[in-house]
Amino acid sequence: MEGWDPTTKSTLTQIPLLSVKAGPRDGGAWTQRLKEEYKALIAYTSMNKSNDNDWFRISAANPEGTRWTGKCWYVHNLLKYEFDLQFDIPVTYPATAPELELPQLDGKTQKMYRGGKICLTVHFKPLWAKNCPRFGIAHALCLGLAPWLAAEIPILVDSGMIKHKDDAASSNES
Amino acid sequence: MEAELKGLLSDLQSLKDSLPDPSHQISVGKIQARLEHLKLGNAQRSKIKDMSAEVVDSNPYSRLMALQRMGIVDNYERIREFSVAIVGIGGVGSVAAEMLTRCGIGRLLLYDYDKVELANMNRLFFRPEQVGMTKTDAAVQTLSDINPDVVLESYTLNITTVQGFEIFMSSLKNKSFRPDKEGTGVDLVLSCVDNYEARMVVNQGCNELNQTWMESGVSENAVSGHIQLLVPGETACFACAPPLVVASGVDERTLKREGVCAASLPTTMGVVAGLLVQNTLKYLLKFGNVTPYLGYNALKDYFPTMEMKPNPQCSNAACLERQKEYILAKPARDAAARAKMEAEAFVEPECLHADNEWNISVVDDSDVQDSSASSGALPEGLVHELPSADEFQKPPASAETTATPIDDLEDLRKQLEALNAA
Repeated sequence: MEGWDPTTKSTLTQIPLLSVKAGPRDGGAWTQRLKEEYKALIAYTSMNKSNDNDWFRISAANPEGTRWTGKCWYVHNLLKYEFDLQFDIPVTYPATAPELELPQLDGKTQKMYRGGKICLTVHFKPLWAKNCPRFGIAHALCLGLAPWLAAEIPILVDSGMIKHKDDAASSNES
Repeated sequence: MEAELKGLLSDLQSLKDSLPDPSHQISVGKIQARLEHLKLGNAQRSKIKDMSAEVVDSNPYSRLMALQRMGIVDNYERIREFSVAIVGIGGVGSVAAEMLTRCGIGRLLLYDYDKVELANMNRLFFRPEQVGMTKTDAAVQTLSDINPDVVLESYTLNITTVQGFEIFMSSLKNKSFRPDKEGTGVDLVLSCVDNYEARMVVNQGCNELNQTWMESGVSENAVSGHIQLLVPGETACFACAPPLVVASGVDERTLKREGVCAASLPTTMGVVAGLLVQNTLKYLLKFGNVTPYLGYNALKDYFPTMEMKPNPQCSNAACLERQKEYILAKPARDAAARAKMEAEAFVEPECLHADNEWNISVVDDSDVQDSSASSGALPEGLVHELPSADEFQKPPASAETTATPIDDLEDLRKQLEALNAA
């Protein structure tokens, strides 16, 4: 965890760790794992809200809990930029992390694979591998998506690649 | 298409006949020649029932069948019985598919969910006019033109999703191509994917099906690659140890990683595809040594090789099952090996040394190497790509009970929804 900022570190320590090593094909064990995922997400979301650092919404898109959809946002120069967030739980989960997708940014940045999958290779994958099976969806958002947004959104905004929704609307009207 | 070309040609002929000026006739003749050429290019050859060794220009298999005459392969035509599944039809997979197609492989199963893009044109195989097509469709289009004898099956899906994985597994199990084959419906699975997640999925499927497979990879900086043979229970599986990659051999910090997620070269990918298919042919047609692992370092022209035993503490449950079966089958394997040795030792060589004062004996290499476990020291030039999982420590029990006492999935889901709505 060298090189991570103190805030992320202290947030991370407060997200409950998971213990059940089970993926979507493991039946009852997956249900147990899913409960742990919810507990960690609930703890992380409420922590963000109480720290005035609310930055995502995520919920299961199917009863099996294998597909998740929601939104995430980032504030840059006092403007809020919001994006759709989606991912599947892979069959080899939790040995492999979910591949987080921001489909609206597909093709807008190099730090992304096709389909809008954000590039996590350097800053996140080694951490996930080291902490299997204790890390879950909440940890992937905290250590994978949050730093990615912090690094990429300012560049995308400053280079004009993405526009704030108010700007986009007014330029369409004119 | 062909009828149209024919019509055009006859129209041109009548035009040529009616032209009074001979200089015009020459240019019309040139157009005719070009059309004839087009017509030839469009003609797809018909299927060939038996591979012939006859050396004529029109036999697509003469140079392959010559491998028999040269004493390299015993029975080349067996290649038509084999099915190979290729997962990932990118820079390596598409080239591997073309090589196997040209070799006259019996059946190819192709898996990919991506589309062809202009950004792929720095690699081999796909053509600019195929941009926008799925990679599987574009591959079938080209491959069936090159060799209509090959049975092609394409699966446009993502094998890492629960649904995609089910289709992947049932397609591997389908034995309609050769119902008498033992085990699954394919002889080999080639993993040509570009990410760790998909490799772990191929590993999972092959461990469950007890299916031999080969892994291939090219580094994100495009200057190294590797191929690896995985026999469930016998060799290390992909989850037995963190994945091995070839070190670039220059200080990693000097290699710029900023910006682009992955670089690629047609050369490195072509080399790796070549190594992969070479090993595939050796494995299927039983010639030469099938390599357990072969790395390629392009910066230093270095090819490390090694062997990996399975990890008895592997985190993959299916791998542990296969390991158990492999150990149980040892007596039968030894008996078979003995019988084979006896058959080969039919012509006993003369005893070179009647007395053996120092008790010197020849020891089987494989017995000595038993100590080289999957976690052992790596040969020079290879490094692990990811760290191993830390020893599992149970989180303090008190934190667990105080955090959320609720333990019903539906209640938990509602609690998260309430937070989301707030």
